[in-house]
Amino acid sequence: MDQQTLQRIFYGALGLILLVVLGGGLAAAGWPGAAFALFAFMTLGGGLVCIWERSVVRSAFALMSTFMGIAGLFILLESDFLAMAQILIYVGGILALLLFGVMLTPPDMSERKLGRVLPGLGIVGLAILWVGLKVAATAKWAVQGAPLDGRADGPISSAEAIGVGFLAVDQYVVAFELAAIVLTVALVAAVYIARRRLSDVQPSRTRAGEVG
Amino acid sequence: MLTPIEVVEVAAASPASAQGGTNMLNELLAKAPRPEFVPDWVVPLNAILIGVGILVAIVSLNAMFGTWLERKVSGHIQCRYGPMRVGWHGWLQPLVDGVKLLLKEDMIPKGADRVLYVIAPALVLSSVLAAMTAFPLSREFFFADIDLGLFFILAMTSTTTIGVVMAGWASNSKWSLYGAMREAAQVVAYEIPLGISLLVPVMAAGTFNLIEVSDMQSGGFGVLNWLIWPWVNPLMLPAFLIFFVAILAETKRAPFDLPEAESELVAGFLTEYSGIRWSFFFMEEYAAMLLFCVVGSFFFFGGFESPLTSAAGGMFGDGSVLHQLAAFTTIVVKGFAGIFLMMWLRWTLPRVRIDQIMTMGYKYLTPLALLCVLLAGIWEVFLAPYLPWR
Repeated sequence: MDQQTLQRIFYGALGLILLVVLGGGLAAAGWPGAAFALFAFMTLGGGLVCIWERSVVRSAFALMSTFMGIAGLFILLESDFLAMAQILIYVGGILALLLFGVMLTPPDMSERKLGRVLPGLGIVGLAILWVGLKVAATAKWAVQGAPLDGRADGPISSAEAIGVGFLAVDQYVVAFELAAIVLTVALVAAVYIARRRLSDVQPSRTRAGEVG
Repeated sequence: MLTPIEVVEVAAASPASAQGGTNMLNELLAKAPRPEFVPDWVVPLNAILIGVGILVAIVSLNAMFGTWLERKVSGHIQCRYGPMRVGWHGWLQPLVDGVKLLLKEDMIPKGADRVLYVIAPALVLSSVLAAMTAFPLSREFFFADIDLGLFFILAMTSTTTIGVVMAGWASNSKWSLYGAMREAAQVVAYEIPLGISLLVPVMAAGTFNLIEVSDMQSGGFGVLNWLIWPWVNPLMLPAFLIFFVAILAETKRAPFDLPEAESELVAGFLTEYSGIRWSFFFMEEYAAMLLFCVVGSFFFFGGFESPLTSAAGGMFGDGSVLHQLAAFTTIVVKGFAGIFLMMWLRWTLPRVRIDQIMTMGYKYLTPLALLCVLLAGIWEVFLAPYLPWR
């Protein structure tokens, strides 16, 4: 089979899966179920496309579907703050930077050279899969229907919960401050490593970085 | 003085109206007579569809009026008239332009990535449409009164970048690619000062919700309680200047229009687009301008509050139709005042270089914004409680 037929089969199968999942979600739990099915499909389907596509940039764009799907799942769990932070940081920041990195590859790059790293990646992937399955098997799941059907006592603001958790003295304020310090140190270190030494700078007519 | 916990509680306090509260469309539709066989779930669905229709209408009308205004403003700044032929002072020009754009041949370059090339304009426009759902038209008429409205708007508009980068890469042209790279670099750099500078009014107001921010600025003849005034918080003016520079960069307006940069990159990421797809990008640009100007007027310039609104509220009662209309007029006037300012700057200032943009974003605006937040926090916690007028 040639490349194009394979592509058609793959995306056709994805479309079929979407229809089946949507129907199943709708039948099982009504509109929230359909929404959950859609977001779960976006998350997993984006990941599948990311692996399947041979062009690195297309893979990166497929990640957007994954990030948006995760944000949608957060919204279904009534955690709107996390959903918006997910979009703002992962889609607006990290994905943009990722694209900035891979965008200069030619659009028709047909083969990805994995070669020697493939076994290592396989081991890491299997390990992550094992951990995930282990967690899924041992976790205490919420009562069925509880988060999706909404709470009886009305929605709470997730921003409030997070803010109190981080800033109340008896909770996670130390961890919060420590994370902030670690991030600041990492940022300063990155700037230090990346900065141009004075000896590297070519003399030019206008000083680089001058705001005129 | 507030303890940290109280500060957080004030900042995150959500009213009963937020989330699942009143939505006028929903209420109107629920009251409307409907036949027996129409099920209940049709009502919210219809409300959503009508809301989307209104949003699309706002975005299109705004793009039409924006292009006309842009051409008139640029014309008068350059001592000429701009469009004069179609209608009085050319006010029907956008209609003619629209017909031309619809009839134009829709070309896809041979080497382009067809799928991404087609998706990109839709993605760009849909992200700004999604952001506009958090934009209340008046105190009672809104599509989604989101508790974290500002945060939602920032998150949704940040996805526009992906669409622009997609357009630039999928076009498979070096001009487009350069435009896309500039866009990615510029937007990532300016998102930081944009978000941080907005924290200053958020701290003073204690909420992310646009309607609440507007409400807490009421009183004082509709003017004196605006957050921008130095007696509310003296750090608000520098924060607003940082915010304004950052939204110029975020909306790709001159002097920061490097992704398009018509004199260097043909048209940047737009080079290969034509017809209606091309116009999608412009609808997005004008919608984003309106959106950010409206956000600025909510968080710095009083939102719905103006002498007009307070007069209407005093004469006809709060929540009456005329009061709502006054609020809507106020927000439109404030938004377009901001847009006019952006156009004025565009036709006055020369374009800056990419290294100047990055330097300004990372080296000056970000630290300045952080400093503003720090000082404003000190003011809010230690001084504001003792001010007699707050």
